[in-house]
Amino acid sequence: MTNFWWIIGGVLFALLNTAAGLIWVERRMLALWQDRYGPNRAGPFGLLVVLADTLKLFFKEDWIPPFADKIVFVFAPGVVMLSVLMSFVVMPFGPHVIVADLNIGLLFFLAMSSLGVYSVVLGGWASNNKYALLGAMRGASQMISYEVFMGLALMGVVVLSGSFNLREIVEAQRTMWFIVPQFLGFLIFLVAGVAETHRLPFDIPEAESELVAGFHSEYSGMKFGMFFIGEYLGITLISGMLVTLYFGGWLGPAFLPPVIWFAIKTFCFILLFILFRASMPRPRYDQLMEYGWKVLFPLSILNLLVTAAIKLWLNN
Amino acid sequence: MPERIAAELSTRFGDITFQPQATRDGTPTFWTPQEHIVAILQFLKAEIQMPYRMLYDLTAIDERAYKQQQNGHKPYDFTIVYTLFSFERNEFLRLKAGLHGEYPAIQSITAVWPAANWYEREVYDMFGIRFHGHPFLKRILMPATWEGHPLRKEHPARATEMGPFKLYDEKQDREQESLRFKPEEWGLKRHSEDADFMFLNIGPQHPGTHGVLRIILQLNGEDIVDAVPDIGFHHRGAEKMGERQSWHTYIPYTDRIDYLGGVNNNLAYLLAVEQLGGIDVPLRAQVIRVMLCELFRIASHLVWYGTFAQDLGQLSPVFYMFTDRERVFEIIEAICGGRMHPNWFRIGGVAQDLPKGWEVLVKNFLQYFPRQLKEYDAMVMKNYLFKARTKGIGIYTLEEAIEWGVTGPGLRACGLEWDMRKKRPYSGYENFAFEIPVAQNGDCYDRAVVRVEEMRQSLRIIEQCMSWMPEGDYKSHHPLATPPVKANTMQDIETLIHHFLNVSWGPVIPSGEAMSCTEATKGWNSYYLVSDGNTAAYRVRVRTPSFPHMQMIPLISRGYTVADLLSILGGMDYVLADIDR
Repeated sequence: MTNFWWIIGGVLFALLNTAAGLIWVERRMLALWQDRYGPNRAGPFGLLVVLADTLKLFFKEDWIPPFADKIVFVFAPGVVMLSVLMSFVVMPFGPHVIVADLNIGLLFFLAMSSLGVYSVVLGGWASNNKYALLGAMRGASQMISYEVFMGLALMGVVVLSGSFNLREIVEAQRTMWFIVPQFLGFLIFLVAGVAETHRLPFDIPEAESELVAGFHSEYSGMKFGMFFIGEYLGITLISGMLVTLYFGGWLGPAFLPPVIWFAIKTFCFILLFILFRASMPRPRYDQLMEYGWKVLFPLSILNLLVTAAIKLWLNN
Repeated sequence: MPERIAAELSTRFGDITFQPQATRDGTPTFWTPQEHIVAILQFLKAEIQMPYRMLYDLTAIDERAYKQQQNGHKPYDFTIVYTLFSFERNEFLRLKAGLHGEYPAIQSITAVWPAANWYEREVYDMFGIRFHGHPFLKRILMPATWEGHPLRKEHPARATEMGPFKLYDEKQDREQESLRFKPEEWGLKRHSEDADFMFLNIGPQHPGTHGVLRIILQLNGEDIVDAVPDIGFHHRGAEKMGERQSWHTYIPYTDRIDYLGGVNNNLAYLLAVEQLGGIDVPLRAQVIRVMLCELFRIASHLVWYGTFAQDLGQLSPVFYMFTDRERVFEIIEAICGGRMHPNWFRIGGVAQDLPKGWEVLVKNFLQYFPRQLKEYDAMVMKNYLFKARTKGIGIYTLEEAIEWGVTGPGLRACGLEWDMRKKRPYSGYENFAFEIPVAQNGDCYDRAVVRVEEMRQSLRIIEQCMSWMPEGDYKSHHPLATPPVKANTMQDIETLIHHFLNVSWGPVIPSGEAMSCTEATKGWNSYYLVSDGNTAAYRVRVRTPSFPHMQMIPLISRGYTVADLLSILGGMDYVLADIDR
């Protein structure tokens, strides 16, 4: 039992530090790719900017606009934090480092990440601001439609491994990572994952050049901080999921412990997310939906059908 | 060819007298009776052979303080000036209609040119002249609660002439009430038969508007039903200041109009002054001017390029492009000492000769920059998402462009190969070999294509300037050149006096009127100057390209979405100071 609490504590500690550390990582990496320095003054390599940012967020006036729906306004940022943190419950960081080894782990992840959309919708709606409303509407339609084939894309992995349990999915990749047989599924999940975290190029709910800050235009202080951290946790979650489902999770040569392998692989995907942000423009809202429903949706069904057919054929 | 158009006019309107006026710029100018102005303009726009299809400018002059007789027309109190342009003739035409009375009125020409809408509103705002039949005659640049009309001669030019400012509670309430948004006042309906509209107020503080611009959007979902630009937040009375600054001390004000175009503004102003004064600029000075103008064109286009990509969500290009712009500024700084506002050209030349070693700086940049442009092509122009966001967005046809007074890259993106540097060369542009980039579709992407190619052509011009830079004076020896060449003042009393007067009072520019027209970074930029033989201009009219471009926003954004509006704004390349002056 004590072991269980150690794992929970460790995971929480690691996640919250990762999310905070990503503030620095993202700013430094963006700067590197954009011919700038980025934060390099506070502490070694500017690392203390994390502390400065957090303190700033804490001490900023936590302002609730008088025209907002106060209860929902306060509640909304919590939803994103909570739903993302809950998703990590089923994530296998190592062969035994897992909070809850659920046999429906993958479904639990899908369910929890779907809840995240509520924070966008509720936050945007409760702000009673037109920009926030537009952002929320965009966010809702984007996340609901990308949810559909996110789930469908993952079914290929389920078919191959024969399980919804994430630990077993990783174990099934001992001979070959699923990136090879499920390359299409991987691409679809990657795109859907970026859309799910509404990061560039799919940051349409925020779209700062159009909607100022989209659904969280009215938020300040630590409530904004929750959205902020929620976004970084979301990146970590999707990266972790990509690693678990397609890149063999904690599996790796024995000279490093499994958890470290998992961390290294996850970090590579986090960097990929930041690189996306540094390089790509943003499609228009209807183009995004069109791309989702007309391209990714049929592809994900095709992927599922072909995977299942080959699996059946091999079994016979 | 004033005789030809005079003959054509008198053939059609036999019973009306068109009295020609001699001007320094050679533009055919006629006084026309104001009651026939609509018919005359209609004829010139549509019925005449080789028509004047573009309403280039419409402005007014308060004649009440004019000291001299002007063609015997002194009795007029106000003059409305219509400037038309014909691409077929490659010729401007200026028509003047004289008006009597304190607050006179004239027929609106919005029925002939819809583009006259904003120009007439500006004249109403600035002079209090009313236009009969105008659909929406409200103030455009000044606040709705402003008292008086600033460009009238009796309106004070300085705050100190107006008495101390007091903000009483009731005044504050009144000002705030006047800012309350009522859709009906803007001619917008609150709902259609089957939908309630949402009004989204974009700006004046908004990350996507590139300055203090307000656009009121009437939305159905995210689709734009109508868009109404509200301008004037950046208005600084540049034209009024021209009437109290000396001819020389007005130069720095021009820098700040298209603040990305730098010396391009100086040039447009000085070409008009030099025409008035009859000053010939030495060849070396002309080439220096051309070189700096092209450097500024590159700097301006780089800002547009980066911010355009950023408007579409691409975060990185703007950093690379601002870094490159910094390299351009390094050259400009070495030559002028200034950066964005170099205030470098002078009446009759430039402020100083080129510094030692300028060739090295220019040569390094010429070697460095083409590679960068290639990289940007791959990064931005060939980007799939960038194309998806800009192709087929904000389209206008060539006819619409001419109808609405679109000039510069926006015009060339519609397929018309028209560049003032080639078609009506000034400052020695005829000596340079370069091409006019054009594109065919008239959408945001094509406007970008044209601008990117223009940077390459600018490099060509700069290279020719560098290899050809002629020896000689950097400033004219004409007595009106200001400040006169200092070395001369040590030789004889005559030039010493000139130096003293030109520096203290400022030069006295002979009376007359002249208009320049340059291909500035954003389109055609003109200064229409009226002199009554004084140390300051009697009237300075700044015709900027961004003003008519912004007027087109409702036309080209209807039916698109909010996200597309950002593409349209970004692709237009405007500067707020260039709109509001």
